[in-house]
Amino acid sequence: MSLLADLFLQFTLLFFVAFGGATALLPEMQRVVVEEKHWLDETTFIHLYAIAQAAPGPNGLVVTLIGWEVAGLPGALATTLAMCLPMSIVIYFLFRHWERFRGAKWQQAVQVGVAPLAVGLVFSGATLIARSANVGWAGAAVMAATIALNLKTKLHPLWYIALGAAIGGLGLV
Amino acid sequence: MHREAAPEAQSIGLKALFLGFSNIGLSGFGGVLPFARRLLVEERGWLTAEEFNTLLGLCQFLPGPNVINLSVVVGARYRGVLGSVAAVAGLLGGPIVIALGLALLYDHFGSLPIVQGMLRGIAAVGCGLLFATAIRMGMAVKEKRFLLPFTVLVFVAIAILRWPMPAVMVGLLALSAGIAWWRLQDVAPR
Repeated sequence: MSLLADLFLQFTLLFFVAFGGATALLPEMQRVVVEEKHWLDETTFIHLYAIAQAAPGPNGLVVTLIGWEVAGLPGALATTLAMCLPMSIVIYFLFRHWERFRGAKWQQAVQVGVAPLAVGLVFSGATLIARSANVGWAGAAVMAATIALNLKTKLHPLWYIALGAAIGGLGLV
Repeated sequence: MHREAAPEAQSIGLKALFLGFSNIGLSGFGGVLPFARRLLVEERGWLTAEEFNTLLGLCQFLPGPNVINLSVVVGARYRGVLGSVAAVAGLLGGPIVIALGLALLYDHFGSLPIVQGMLRGIAAVGCGLLFATAIRMGMAVKEKRFLLPFTVLVFVAIAILRWPMPAVMVGLLALSAGIAWWRLQDVAPR
């Protein structure tokens, strides 16, 4: 199979299980892209995650960057389309019927049931990135400070990115 | 604020959809959902608050990136297929150009120690933001006593055992939704 077709296929499969959005998908993306397919090494994967954080837009954009690093512009197109197209088609035909089931018990059950799983996925993503980024004690301190600040204040996310870049650029982590 | 009926008849052109969603995409750092809500419900009144919640429910219920799903739905509602394309293109177009620009810089300068350091710093902060998101999501989980154990199971399966996600999700979702079903019965019998 050509690389582009494989990229498209893998990311289509990924997004069909992306409950909780692209953020929850990070661990699985890393497993497929780094460990299974060896398209990128661990460090590049973490760097792309950081770049996506520094750019505006939906969290899913890291997918475009992975495609770019693996196979240039065609790769970026393949992964981006794989992220958007299949689910978009499903949702396009589904949304008019959604209102009818509103409040149905099975719908509520799935919505309530999927939430703790998504939490587990986001925790996994954060843990795996922390482990691969290998930032040591200083990095752990930065992480802890970020968690505390983010939970207690309404500071704009851009400040965190700028601070992180500054601390890292000065060679502190 | 916008309690009046949905602006179903209101005509919203392809250009307006494209520009509106560009606005959402470009102003969102670290998740664009709050910006989507502000523009769609409060500023433009393209959706009522209730419609927004219902549609977001659908977008979160289905897999895939929530905000992209939401763009498809809003675009489709006003302009059919072309509307969906315009909304998604608006949402992603600007951010993709910026992200690829940064990636180009990375390809050229990524090996410099200072750039490596900056990316390490951003990754550390990004991790912190992820943990904070997870904590916040965890606090919003209903029926914590019964359902938070599933968070632990997912973590063990995905982060420690590194099992493939599709099988883990399908298996655990069947169980957790079953428990949610049973609890719903308990709390609000119909």
